[in-house]
Amino acid sequence: MSDKAIIRPYGDTTGDGMVQVSFTLPLPHDKRAEGAAAQLANKMGIEPALVVHAKAMGPDFTFFVVYGRVNHLVDVSQVEVIERDFPLLTPKQASLIVKSRLRRRLVVVGACIGTDAHTVGIDAILNIKGFAGEKGLEYYREFKVINMGAQVSVPQLVSRSQQEKADVILVSQVVTQREAHILNALEMSAAFREAYPADKRPLLIIGGPRFEERQAAELGVDRVFTRGSTPGEVASYLVHAFFENKQRELHGPA
Amino acid sequence: MKARSRPRLDVDIRTVKKARALAKRAGRPIVQMAKQHTTVSVERATLRLAGLSGADPDGTPWANRLLDAVRADTGLEHGICLPVWDALLRQDTRDLNRLAQLAAVGQVRFRIPEGRDAARAQAAARKPVAAGIRKIDSRRKERDRLIKRWGDPQQRPWIYLIVATGDIYEDMPQAQAAARGGADIIAVIRSTGQSLLDYVPEGATREGFAGTYATQENFRLMRAALDETSKELGRYVRLTNYASGLCMPEIAALAGLERLDMMLNDSMYGILFRDINPIRTFVDQRFSRQVHARAGIIINTGEDNYLTTADAVEAAHTVTVSQLLNEFFAKEAGLEDWQLGLGHAFEIDPAIPDSFRLELAHALLARTLFPDAPLKWMPPTRHMTGDVFGGYLLDGFFNLAGVMTDQDILLVGMMTEAVVTPWLSDRDLALQNVRYVVNAAGRLAEDFVPRPDGFIAQRCNQVLGESIDLLEQILNHDSGLLDAIADGTFGLMKRPADAGRGLEGVAKKANDYYNPAIALLDEKPAA
Repeated sequence: MSDKAIIRPYGDTTGDGMVQVSFTLPLPHDKRAEGAAAQLANKMGIEPALVVHAKAMGPDFTFFVVYGRVNHLVDVSQVEVIERDFPLLTPKQASLIVKSRLRRRLVVVGACIGTDAHTVGIDAILNIKGFAGEKGLEYYREFKVINMGAQVSVPQLVSRSQQEKADVILVSQVVTQREAHILNALEMSAAFREAYPADKRPLLIIGGPRFEERQAAELGVDRVFTRGSTPGEVASYLVHAFFENKQRELHGPA
Repeated sequence: MKARSRPRLDVDIRTVKKARALAKRAGRPIVQMAKQHTTVSVERATLRLAGLSGADPDGTPWANRLLDAVRADTGLEHGICLPVWDALLRQDTRDLNRLAQLAAVGQVRFRIPEGRDAARAQAAARKPVAAGIRKIDSRRKERDRLIKRWGDPQQRPWIYLIVATGDIYEDMPQAQAAARGGADIIAVIRSTGQSLLDYVPEGATREGFAGTYATQENFRLMRAALDETSKELGRYVRLTNYASGLCMPEIAALAGLERLDMMLNDSMYGILFRDINPIRTFVDQRFSRQVHARAGIIINTGEDNYLTTADAVEAAHTVTVSQLLNEFFAKEAGLEDWQLGLGHAFEIDPAIPDSFRLELAHALLARTLFPDAPLKWMPPTRHMTGDVFGGYLLDGFFNLAGVMTDQDILLVGMMTEAVVTPWLSDRDLALQNVRYVVNAAGRLAEDFVPRPDGFIAQRCNQVLGESIDLLEQILNHDSGLLDAIADGTFGLMKRPADAGRGLEGVAKKANDYYNPAIALLDEKPAA
C-alpha cells in the first residue's frame, strides 16, 4: 500500500475516501442550518455529505459533525518534507563528541521571547525532566544550559548570549497572536546577525507549534523544530550542526 | 459553604499539625521581612485607595507620575503619604489628581514633614484612604446582597470558564454566553505581557496578547455585564482576574473597588515563574492579600504551575508545601478559610499505570488537609497533545476526579488545549462533558471512601511525608525560605533575593514610614 503514489482517505475500505469534519455555523439550529452544513461540506469536496450530528449552541449557533466521501486524490510523490538529515545520538554519545572535539562544555542559551509567557516548549527541551521520555538538555553533562524563561526581550537574549559565550541559541514561541511568532523570530535572527560577525554567530534554533520546518531560511535561523520535537532530536541536531557542518568555524576552547 | 460530608482520608492528625507548624516557621520570617519593606506598587495602591485615578495623555497613570515625582524628591522609604498630604496641605488643595498634574510638570517640591506638620499630614492622609477602604467594604456588602437576591450556583463544583479575546467588548458577550451555558465563574485571562508591566493600564482596552488587559474600567464593564446576566439567570455569576505580577497590590485594590469576586493571587508564583524579585513579591503579596481579605474576595493560588513544569508524580509534594505556605500567608493577612481557593491540578502522565488513582490520592490529600477551603481543581494541559478525542476523554476523567474528591471550583478543561484558543464549540463541548459527569456522578463523593490501607491512602501519606521533608529542608537553610528559593529548592528555578524584576521598586521602611492603609486593613471591617 505504501508504495502507491496516489491515495485517498481510508474509512473502512481501501479507496472509500471517507473523512469526518466538525464545524460551527452562525445559524440557529433548524433544517435550514443542517442544509447549510451539507452545502459547506459539498463545497469542501465531501460528496455525499452525511450531517450525523447537529446541536444548538445557544440561540445563534449550531455545531455539526459531518461524515462523507471526498473526491480529492493525494499524490504522495508531490509531498515535500524535511527528512531528518542528522543521526540520532544518545545523551552519552552527544556528550562524548562535545568532550573530545570541543574540550569544554557547549553553551546553550534558551528563552521564550516577546510577550509569550508559555515556557512549556523551552522547558520540555531544556529541563532535566525533558519530554516524551527523553531527558532535557540539562541532563547532558557536556552541555551548559541557561534557561532564561519567558518574556525575554531580544536585547536581553543577545546580551546574555555574549556574556555566556553561547554556542547555541534556542528560542521557543508557543502562544502568540497574529503573526507575532514570525516577527519575533525575524527580530531575533536580525539582532544576532548584527551583534556577531558571521563566523562567530551562535547556532540559532527556533521551535514552536506554529512554525514549519521549511521556514528556516525565511526566518534567518539555522533550524526550525515543530510540534513533537524531542530533546534528543534537538541535541543530536545541534551536535551535528556544530561539528559536522564544515562551513561553521569552531569558536575554539574558551 | 454548606455543611455536608466531605470525603477524607485518615491521616495522622499529629503529622498534619507538624506540617502546618513547619509552614508557619518557614513563613514567619518572610512576614517580618515584608512588614519592614514597602514597594512602589504598595504606595501606588494606597494612592488609588485614596481616590487617585486616570492617566496622562501618554497613558502613564497619574499614580505612577505622582509616585515617581515624590520618590525623586524624598525617596520611597518614608512612604508616599507623608510627602503627598504634606504637599496637599501646603498647596491648599485636596485634589490628588491636581497634585499629580502639578508634580508631573515639576511645580511641586516634596519634603518629609516633621513635628506638627507630620501629624497633620498623617491625619489628612488617613481620611481619604479610610474612605477608599469603606468603599471596598460597601462593595463587599453589595456582593452579599446580590448573592442573597440572585442565589449561588445549585451544584458543586462551581464551574469556572476562561474568556480571553483581548477586546473587552468582545469578552463581554462571550462571558455572558458562557454564563448562560452554565459557567458560574468567569475568568478574564490577562494579556501575557501584563505581569511585567510596572503600571496598570487605563481605560477600556480592545487589544491584547492572548488575553485582555486588567484595567479598572475593564473590571467595571465586565462586572456590569455579568450583573445583567446574573439577574437574568437568577444566579450570581462570579468574576475573576489576576492580582499577580509587578502591580498586584494596585490590581487587588481595583478589584476590591469594582467588586471582583475572585483573584489569582499566589505567594511565590511571580518569583518562581516570572523571575520577579522575591522581596518585591512577598511585600506586594501581603498587601494584596490584606485587600482581598477585606474585600471578601476568594483568592486562587497557582499550585498547578509546579506540575506543568515538573513531573506531576515526583513533584506532588511541592503542591502540598505550596498550599501550606499559601494558607499560612493568607491567614496571616486576614483571609478566612472560605477565601482560600488553594490550587492543584490533574497533570499526571496518562500513560503511567494507576495514573487516575494517583490523581485521586493527590486530590483527596488536598481535600483532607483543607476541609473548609474552596479548592480549585485545574485541568490537564501538559498531556493534552492535539489529539482532541483523547483530550476529551482525559478531561472527563479530570471532571470525575473533581466530583469524587469534592472539589469546589472546577476550571473547565478544553479538548483543544495546546491547539487553539478555545472556540465556541470547544467551550460548549467542554461544558457538556462537565455537566454529564457532575450529573451522572451526583454525590458520589459521599460514597467514595478509599480503603484505609489501600493504594490511595498510602500514596496520600507518602506525599504528606515528602512535604514534611521538603519543609524541613527549607528550614535547614540559613535564612529559610528566601535561601531555599535562591538555591532552586522549588523546581530548578534559582531566584536569589537580590535579583529579579522589580527589585528597584523596593525600599526598607524608615522609622517615620507612614501608611494608614496597612493599619486600616488589619482592623476588622465594621459589620
